[in-house]
Amino acid sequence: MAVLEVDGLTLALPTSGDRASAIQNLSLTVERGETLCVVGESGSGKSMTALAVMGLLPRTVQATAGTIRLDGRDLLKLSEREMRDVRGREVSMIFQEPMTSLNPVMRVSDQIVEAFEAHGALDARRRRDRTRELIAEVGLPDPEAIARAYPHELSGGQRQRVMIAMALAMEPKLIIADEPTTALDVTTQAQILRLLDGLRKKHGTAVLFITHDFGVVSEIADRVAVLQHGICVETGRAEDVLRRPQHDYTKRLLAAVPSLIPPPPKDLRGAARAFDVSGLSKTYKGRGLFRRGREVKAADDVSFAIQRGETLGLVGESGSGKSTVGRCVMRLIEPDSGSIKVGDVSIGGLSQRQLRPLRRRIQMVFQDPFASLNPRRTVGRIIAEGPIAQGVPKAEAMAKARTLLDLVGLRAEVASRFPHEFSGGQRQRIGIARALALDPEVLVADEPVSALDVSVQAQILALMQDLQKRLGLAILFVTHDLRVAAQMCDRIAVMQKGRIVELQPTAALFRDPQHAYTRALLASVPGGANVGARLDLAGPL
Amino acid sequence: MTVLRQFARNRGALIGLAILLAVVAVAMVGPWWFPQSPWRMAGRPFLAPGANERFLLGTDALGRDVAAGLVHGARVSLGIGLVSTAAALLIGVPLGALAGYAGGIVDDLAMRFTELFQTIPSFALAIVLVAILQPSIGSIVLAIALVSWPPVTRLVRGEVLSLRSRDYVLAARTLGQSTTRIVFGVVLPNTVAPIIVMASLMVASAILLESALSFLGLGDPNLMTWGYMIGAGRTRLIDAWWISFFPGLAIFLTVLALNLVGEGLSDALNPRLARER
Repeated sequence: MAVLEVDGLTLALPTSGDRASAIQNLSLTVERGETLCVVGESGSGKSMTALAVMGLLPRTVQATAGTIRLDGRDLLKLSEREMRDVRGREVSMIFQEPMTSLNPVMRVSDQIVEAFEAHGALDARRRRDRTRELIAEVGLPDPEAIARAYPHELSGGQRQRVMIAMALAMEPKLIIADEPTTALDVTTQAQILRLLDGLRKKHGTAVLFITHDFGVVSEIADRVAVLQHGICVETGRAEDVLRRPQHDYTKRLLAAVPSLIPPPPKDLRGAARAFDVSGLSKTYKGRGLFRRGREVKAADDVSFAIQRGETLGLVGESGSGKSTVGRCVMRLIEPDSGSIKVGDVSIGGLSQRQLRPLRRRIQMVFQDPFASLNPRRTVGRIIAEGPIAQGVPKAEAMAKARTLLDLVGLRAEVASRFPHEFSGGQRQRIGIARALALDPEVLVADEPVSALDVSVQAQILALMQDLQKRLGLAILFVTHDLRVAAQMCDRIAVMQKGRIVELQPTAALFRDPQHAYTRALLASVPGGANVGARLDLAGPL
Repeated sequence: MTVLRQFARNRGALIGLAILLAVVAVAMVGPWWFPQSPWRMAGRPFLAPGANERFLLGTDALGRDVAAGLVHGARVSLGIGLVSTAAALLIGVPLGALAGYAGGIVDDLAMRFTELFQTIPSFALAIVLVAILQPSIGSIVLAIALVSWPPVTRLVRGEVLSLRSRDYVLAARTLGQSTTRIVFGVVLPNTVAPIIVMASLMVASAILLESALSFLGLGDPNLMTWGYMIGAGRTRLIDAWWISFFPGLAIFLTVLALNLVGEGLSDALNPRLARER
């Protein structure tokens, strides 16, 4: 018998929303010891599914039809008191954000002990012993020290292991994991996925795994359910869904996952050197009136050059210094040393005032399309701002803004609207138009697609490729995503702890990585070569 | 427009707005309604409210009309409240913006300077300032402004500090905009909402502060104010309660109205916070 049976579940949204239900007529089963992946883009209702099973739906969302049976018992019929007993004992949950899901003022061991206390299980001594066992079981080194630690003393991956230990405490029948590895670096992600998979096999726990990432699906799923706008469009065994998707939407999603196999290289012979960075260093020092903070070398002797029409990828995990380099070359952060040359003009040593007129030659596309546009300006004005600041008459700048909107695939009429009226992908197009308004030679793109859904991501990447071809842009592409890098970049620089450890043409890097860290990164990409398609980046927008 | 709708949905805020508009209306038409000076002896002293139909709210110890005093006092109270708040914003907003945007040593110095003012009890400082400068409308506004700008600076600094590293502010820098344009054109417009809310509450506390100063006899001797009226009537509180009661009620209602409006604005401009409550 299935551990979890969801049958005909419909979750109604408040009437003011843009659609009537978060989930419509959803049916799922998870067997003992099985992992079911619920996959979907943002707004597909996948997180609502998880919350419904936990009985943690927001008050405004109501289950109007269907049943959620755990071992045959309908959870929707339980009182809040009975549900509280089910939570943790029979179902437990692992959240996405390990930084915020642990209580920062409690020691790790006390938080795990709480799980036993909530259900009145074991006596004080046994609780303590069991806590040590759990910490050891989730693969944390030195359980005694970890047990005494506070969450802020642990890394993201370690915290997520503590979350898993808490979830396992009462040996639940079902664990719900809501994007548990999304906030982690790839190498950590690979370890956590392996841990979850091992524990599931060992304890025979059923796992309901919520994710947006088909790579992760191919790593751990036994079966898959694909959600689109609250409707389950396809379920099946993982191999079937990944290899032979039936539904159109699944096919489209899979086709938008970038492959790790790079496209054939562009011919860049004879292209002029557009951007030259050498010996760039930046050390962060803690600041205080009475004490010296610790020093972090965020960029350490970083050098690279980019030709016209070329894309150089800057790849690394969080804290590798890739974003610092991106901001240093824009002079948003002052580098300690090093030279930065756009074309033949050095912008490294100039004062901010001297730099201002030269800024038009190097522009930036930001990561978060929701934070990078001034909410109080119209879109047209946002794009025209740069030319106006550089002395172009306002009417001319606004006219140019409208042509640029057209260039990035939006209608020119939207110039009078405000940013909040646009979706994430549309906003990123606006951000690109703003960067292009000054006719730059170099474009620095800091994780430009990492906040976007996979299908939108493919469109934005295609747009960038197309614009590069038309305008001959040199692009510095900062990303943590090796799949995106494989498809976008002509050469890739791998960064670790502020240093470039390897810089190679993309095809060579993937075929024959030289540095051990590069090899570790490549091996950690979830799904590896099993999933992903050659993006049709040259195709129509 | 959603801000207005959100505001209109808040009943307390609407009541506050209605009271406030009534007080403003009274202050506006005051001189036409009571063309005579409120200091003039108009009738017999200690007339109770209703005892003579000419003096609806009675007369005080010198036979002055309480109603006339209230109406003229409304002009002074609201005027001082608004002007001193504007003056406090004029000091607080630029200093906060400078501290928040420049950071580093500038920020340190500006904040220590602000803390200096915050460590002195504000009412005592206001009394000392007015006493030194001689009581007049100018010195009172100055004193109130000087004791009420530090919270504005701290608020604006905090907002600017968090906005400074937003991507759209960085984007403005990459476009080559000048620092002044970024601060005044990009950063400050996005801090307007909390400043408006704080300003409406500051008007209320300025009115209270002015009343307290007038009560102590530190008001402008040429202006009839609510605080002065309470102070003048306090010795006869038992047998002639109306002399102090009506100006007290006026202060209470005005301050309450401003607080209700401020809270309504705060909820309307921060819909997310309002819903969580």
